[in-house]
Amino acid sequence: MVDFGFGLVPSSRMNLDLFDKDKYEKLAAIEPDVRICMACGSCTAVCTAGKYSQTSLREAIEDIKNAKPDKALEMLRCCQLCGKCSMVCPRGINTRNLILSITKVYSSK
Amino acid sequence: MIYEGKQKIWSEYQKEIPDDHYFYVRSCIRQSFFPASEATFLDITRNVLGKDIFETEHHTTCGGIAYHSDTIPQETVMTIIARQFALMAKHGYENYVCSCITSFGLYCETMETWREYPELEAKIHENLWKSCKLEFAKPKFLVHASDLIYKYRNMIAAQAVRKLVNVHTGEPLKVVEHIGCHYSKMFPSKGVGGAEYPYVLVGMIEAWGGEIVDYPERRHCCGFGFRQYFIKGNRGYSLSNTHKKFESMEPFKPDLIITNCPGCPYFLDRWQYVIAESTGKTYGQDGHGIPALTYEEVAGLVMGYDPWDLGLQTHQVGVEPLLDKMGVEYDPAKKYLGKNGKDLGSPSPCACLK
Repeated sequence: MVDFGFGLVPSSRMNLDLFDKDKYEKLAAIEPDVRICMACGSCTAVCTAGKYSQTSLREAIEDIKNAKPDKALEMLRCCQLCGKCSMVCPRGINTRNLILSITKVYSSK
Repeated sequence: MIYEGKQKIWSEYQKEIPDDHYFYVRSCIRQSFFPASEATFLDITRNVLGKDIFETEHHTTCGGIAYHSDTIPQETVMTIIARQFALMAKHGYENYVCSCITSFGLYCETMETWREYPELEAKIHENLWKSCKLEFAKPKFLVHASDLIYKYRNMIAAQAVRKLVNVHTGEPLKVVEHIGCHYSKMFPSKGVGGAEYPYVLVGMIEAWGGEIVDYPERRHCCGFGFRQYFIKGNRGYSLSNTHKKFESMEPFKPDLIITNCPGCPYFLDRWQYVIAESTGKTYGQDGHGIPALTYEEVAGLVMGYDPWDLGLQTHQVGVEPLLDKMGVEYDPAKKYLGKNGKDLGSPSPCACLK
């Protein structure tokens, strides 16, 4: 086979029928601020863990909304709960509590 | 169904295409990709159908490639376009026909922008005068070259020596039509059939005896998307677009793809080679690919032109299985010979794609 230096990229197709509304409502009941995130990315920009791993709270919230909770959990796996993200969030979201809540709700089967 | 109501709705999807007297502008990249297509268009319209199609060597690029790659501003591209319009007016024409879909979309965008912002049009008049000492007049009718072939499709069918039919089975060839995105997705009213029911290529296929293939990703982009292709790091996205289309059309076993854009036949053709050589997958029969031709090449084939004069040897995917199905006579020994008999050189054999 020939290596052209580029190749097929995995599909980014989303199936929103797989979105688990019950779990999302459960998460919103524990941490209502998940609804007010505007995906500005400030949390990701200052994330220490994100510098060395795939950690991104912004992307994790998007993944949950795009019916990819496993990817969201993977995104948050290396979070150290340092709290820098909560200091820069323009919406004042308690990000540490949100991260713990996401892990709690979506880790349970 | 209220017939009059349907007619009223459908009338919004129609486009007025004058019959004759056009100022023709070529595409930058088509002359490199499929060099005989524009020559075939001019030969059919001028010499076979007797139409007045004028072109001048003084016209330039429309600037679309630079504009869509974000390297020149819109006012610059508008001034380039204004110069083309000035050439048209200088030679006494009011109808403008362009070979390129990107150009067509850009002309539509420019004319619409001028309609919305007349002060910008005034500024472009000033820019053109300062830079070239030229005055321009907007075309009365702006059409794409495929609109014209669509308009003449029945005249071509009347003079055709063969149809899009498998001569061995008598069945119509299964044809995939692919419309360039900039034809009518940006300004639906400027294309035949609009963005929802583009009819420009379907009309040709029906008139020339083929059968349309309707498949799920029919309106998906071919994958060109300027910056996705130009930057090597993004080229996988371009390839994946094309892959998605081929995976979708494969179950319908198409015999042929017909396109009306400079980029689409190129990518639908060349990416078949890349997919085959990097993954081993081919989409035609017995390890062949699916030939992706321009509408001029298909018109030339039904009118009996020699396939090598149409430049079909410049396609990566071999066209011989299609020629055999259509009953086109060809000399394999002349495939890579130029008009003067000089050897053009043949490509290296592919490992997976026949």
